[in-house]
Amino acid sequence: MLQYIKDFIEPAPQPDSSRLVFSNVSRRGFLKVSAAGFAVAAFSADANAFARYKTGGDSMPNGLRYDPHIFVSIDPDGTVTIVAHRSEMGTGSRTSLPMVVADEMGADWAKVKIVQAEGDEPKYGNQDTDGSRSMRHHVQSMRQMGASVRQMLVNAAAERWGVKPSDIKAGVHEVVNGANRAGFGELAEAAMKQPVPAFEELTFKEASEFRYIGKGKVGIYDLHDITTGKAVYGADVVLPGMKIAVIARPPVVGATPVSKDATQTMTVPGVEEVVDLPGSIMPAKFAPLGGVAVIATNTDAAIRGRDALEIEWSDSPHSNYNSENFTQEMRKTAKKPGKILRKEGDPDGAFKSAAKVFGQEYSQAHMVHAMMEPPVAVADVKDGKAEIWAPVQSPYGARGDIAAALNMDIENVRVNVTLLGGGFGRKSKCDYAIEAALLSQKTGIPIRVQWTREDDIHHSFNATTSVERIEVALDNDNKVTGWRHNSVAPSILSTFAPDSGHQFAIESGMGHVDMPFEIPNVSVENGAALAHTRIGWFRAVSNIPRAWAIQSFASELAVELGRDELEMMLELIGSDRTLDPPKQGFPDDFWDYGEIYDEYPIDTARLKNVLKLAAEKAGWGKELPEGEGIGLAVHRSFVTYVASAVRVKIVDGQITVPEIHMGVDCGFAVNPERIRSQMEGACVMGMTVALHSGVTYENGAVAESNFHDYPMVRSTNFPQKVHTHIVEHPFSVHASGIGEPGIPPVPPAIANAVFHATGKRVRDLPMGESI
Amino acid sequence: MATLKINGESRTIDGPDDTNLLWAIRDMAGLTGTKYGCGVGLCGACTVHVDGVAIQSCQATIGDVAEKEVTTIEGLSADGEHPVQVAWRDQHVPQCGFCQAGQIMQAASLLSEKPNPTDQEILEGMSGNICRCGCYERIVAAVRVASTGA
Ligand code: FES
Ligand code: FES
Repeated sequence: MLQYIKDFIEPAPQPDSSRLVFSNVSRRGFLKVSAAGFAVAAFSADANAFARYKTGGDSMPNGLRYDPHIFVSIDPDGTVTIVAHRSEMGTGSRTSLPMVVADEMGADWAKVKIVQAEGDEPKYGNQDTDGSRSMRHHVQSMRQMGASVRQMLVNAAAERWGVKPSDIKAGVHEVVNGANRAGFGELAEAAMKQPVPAFEELTFKEASEFRYIGKGKVGIYDLHDITTGKAVYGADVVLPGMKIAVIARPPVVGATPVSKDATQTMTVPGVEEVVDLPGSIMPAKFAPLGGVAVIATNTDAAIRGRDALEIEWSDSPHSNYNSENFTQEMRKTAKKPGKILRKEGDPDGAFKSAAKVFGQEYSQAHMVHAMMEPPVAVADVKDGKAEIWAPVQSPYGARGDIAAALNMDIENVRVNVTLLGGGFGRKSKCDYAIEAALLSQKTGIPIRVQWTREDDIHHSFNATTSVERIEVALDNDNKVTGWRHNSVAPSILSTFAPDSGHQFAIESGMGHVDMPFEIPNVSVENGAALAHTRIGWFRAVSNIPRAWAIQSFASELAVELGRDELEMMLELIGSDRTLDPPKQGFPDDFWDYGEIYDEYPIDTARLKNVLKLAAEKAGWGKELPEGEGIGLAVHRSFVTYVASAVRVKIVDGQITVPEIHMGVDCGFAVNPERIRSQMEGACVMGMTVALHSGVTYENGAVAESNFHDYPMVRSTNFPQKVHTHIVEHPFSVHASGIGEPGIPPVPPAIANAVFHATGKRVRDLPMGESI
Repeated sequence: MATLKINGESRTIDGPDDTNLLWAIRDMAGLTGTKYGCGVGLCGACTVHVDGVAIQSCQATIGDVAEKEVTTIEGLSADGEHPVQVAWRDQHVPQCGFCQAGQIMQAASLLSEKPNPTDQEILEGMSGNICRCGCYERIVAAVRVASTGA
């Protein structure tokens, strides 16, 4: 997200890699030597096994890396160490990407160790773990590096045995030529002195040769540590002499302390110091909100000390923000024509000549990510250097922001990445790590900043709030001849640049301008709404309100016209085709998740296929008992296609979900087991979004504070059974991500199911647990 | 100043009797497997055993547990082979993993009270533990596996 936003507010950064100190990642037996020495026998790459394709990864800041010396090392005992350069927040990328390397090189997974990269993009390439990009952008480079190491091992063995590389077979953790056999460890040193082969010289495994890729049999790397309490998250980093800081932040963005009394605070045993932190006012990117920090020997004392502070806060330009009134304002705006983003055909004409116009309005409240691990970071700033340990999604981005805040050169800042106890986009914003760094710089001691749950809910970078109004023009045969969709929502851009009230291409690209229905006359519009709090991205971002609106609307339209819903949805999507953005009036800056459109076009056949798949598996059309209903929804996001068929059962007025079928097309499926776990998680979070997730602003401040008034789905009422149906593809169908795309179809499918179960239509998120 | 028995070891905690147990375990005893998620008894991330029974440590003080046996995830088994831990790995439960120590401690306590819980008893027994990543289906499956030893 962030990397793309930069294109809209500032020229792309030009990293000066000559100024960066490369960290000391182990190179045991893995010494880089000149590529000149040894002529590698040329293999022709098998086009079926792996034909290279272009991804947006190359144009991300610092791009991709293909040099195995950066990512792989082999110990003489055969241990293969692979670097995980993306942040692990629960999707499994820390396991799945190294697994690709291991499989392609022929390593035995039991002998693989994973080390987490520090934030260093000039070395590792882009590390911004966001946008469901890890697999999409890095699967090819991981395969290439795995194949390179295998080839280097083979070449080393060929030299040793005086045979041709082509006569050597790579097995599992060994290479073989007749009676000659050598383990990877034995060959490590010689192999790593081999030149790195060019792509054209590499051979790649056929799908039938994979042992881990596509199989879903590898457990996540941290599984044992997680189940024994040894896994290290942000708050688990302990430094000698470290103190804990808990911060009183302004309740309204931009407010500052007018007066402060810390007398009571200083009487709390364990409290040592009270320190002011400078604040910021939007747009301030990820700058901390400022406030008053209480520093103590332990977290309990720091929390008690913070709660005992008496602070009078100033007003801010946002002190009048009341989200309920704001929604009413957005409703008014949505009814008027908005700024036109996409115009296809003659929408005005279609509406003028319509036999009938059918319209509805859908809304969504602000949301907070509420990852189980609240923001936390540890910093040690001394002797002109800073070292940070933090659960951050973009460690190199954080490194730059921290360096700027500390007024230090980036080369003097190191950012170590712990496991993330959930991220969901919140941990892309490193305000908490900057706080820790500033406090350590000020006090001269190592500091851990701990956010409480209340802090997390009060001081978010909220998911935006929105009103989406959709109207269709119908002719005498009830054919849809015109489509108008006005989306009104404060923009994420307001966090980065002066706010125009309008959304930008990234938000519009998430289910708004890329609306895939085959309707001849289309107007996609955006009415202005100014931001009054920090707006950020939340797992699946604008796709949530757009899928909510469009998929609810499709169901309503079917009901209005007395049609079968599945049939109606398939008819709206229309013929099998790929959309043609310029021809269909998409804006010039149309954003296809940062990809080259032709590599990842909007493919209606794939969209319809997942919908049919989910509907069929759910038994669409079958008779259901009283009080039950099935709802459908389908949405393409992050270039992945997902459909949900949700069965809802109303029990004593409570919405329960006995079963969900998810149809998923994410191209080549690298780790089906984690795809399933992400879909199960998306169903749970999707249900939380649908039923519960909304924060309210009153006089500029968030009214909710913890899980009692910002509830989560729990074991007493969750989607009981999630069936994930993955569409199978060869490697040539580009792999795409699964961290986000499962979320958007779930809330509208729930609402559609609720309608079928009860006859009641809900149009506002969250809908509540009872109906 | 209080002496706590955690995972079979005596530890001196330098703090008043009303020091919060969760933070005493994490910051003072240095056992970081037990997590903070809400601080108000609503998420279960901080679940530990006191005399074998699951409690939310953020809702207790060190005074409350004096003379009692506190067990954290680190002390649930010597080798990580408690049937609940094994079942958790077998079912590939965790996503981010942050809630899982609390979930496992809750499940272990549930099963020691009711070795063969009904589905309803599992759902209710685990209802104090939030998993934001949404691993509930596998959590329930793992509790079932651990209960039958299957
Ligand atoms: S931290 Fe104790 S219940 Fe949430
Ligand atoms: S696994 Fe992430 S909160 Fe449960």
